[in-house]
Amino acid sequence: MSLILPRAALEAIRSHGERDYPNECCGLLLGSADGGAAREVREAQPLRNANTASPRNRFDFDPAEHLAAQRAARERELEVIGFYHSHPDHPARPTQFDLDHAAWPGYSYVIVSIRQGKAGEANSFELAEDRSRFLDEEIEIR
Amino acid sequence: MAVKVQIPAPLRPFTGSHSTVEVDGRDVGEVLENLVAAHPQLRPQLFQPDGHIRSFVNVYLNDEDIRYTGRGQTPVQPTDTLTIVPSVAGGSAARCCC
Repeated sequence: MSLILPRAALEAIRSHGERDYPNECCGLLLGSADGGAAREVREAQPLRNANTASPRNRFDFDPAEHLAAQRAARERELEVIGFYHSHPDHPARPTQFDLDHAAWPGYSYVIVSIRQGKAGEANSFELAEDRSRFLDEEIEIR
Repeated sequence: MAVKVQIPAPLRPFTGSHSTVEVDGRDVGEVLENLVAAHPQLRPQLFQPDGHIRSFVNVYLNDEDIRYTGRGQTPVQPTDTLTIVPSVAGGSAARCCC
């Protein structure tokens, strides 16, 4: 699987990461997944990082906000096809903590590195079917 | 009595690509059991081997998380919608794993 990501959505993710630095940011990837060879993002929707204990290196979605966002997306005939979050001053690679808290395979997980407040590289991953690890996922910027 | 169950995108391969399915049941537990009986590949996605709902799986009866409304015993009405939403969390405070 690969991820088709509009440049505007990538810039929105990078800006969100810079805005929330030094805390982690998080949000949804909304788009379509028709079962073909790619998930296609239409837009990135920022959500609040609900982790108040350690927001510089942890994020949690607020469950009620996530539910409302998923419903609102459906009403616009969009789907939640993945998630994004930032790693402030940390590589754009999933951590063991990310793996331990992943949902189902079939989502894209985009991570953007924010170095000293400036957005750096962004990578996408998908969860292996047996949930044992993340696999690199190619991003096609459009 | 059937209620609507909204299926998140990654689980649709297990429901014949349907984003919403109608499932009979008198309470949430019965609906979920009938759901996985009708779509057996959903069972390991939603339930642990011991039968409990997986820790990252949130189930809402309309706007209420069933964890706070009596879990599986929460009665359902035909106008209700059950929504399955993953709990999402993560963070950089650990070594890279992959």
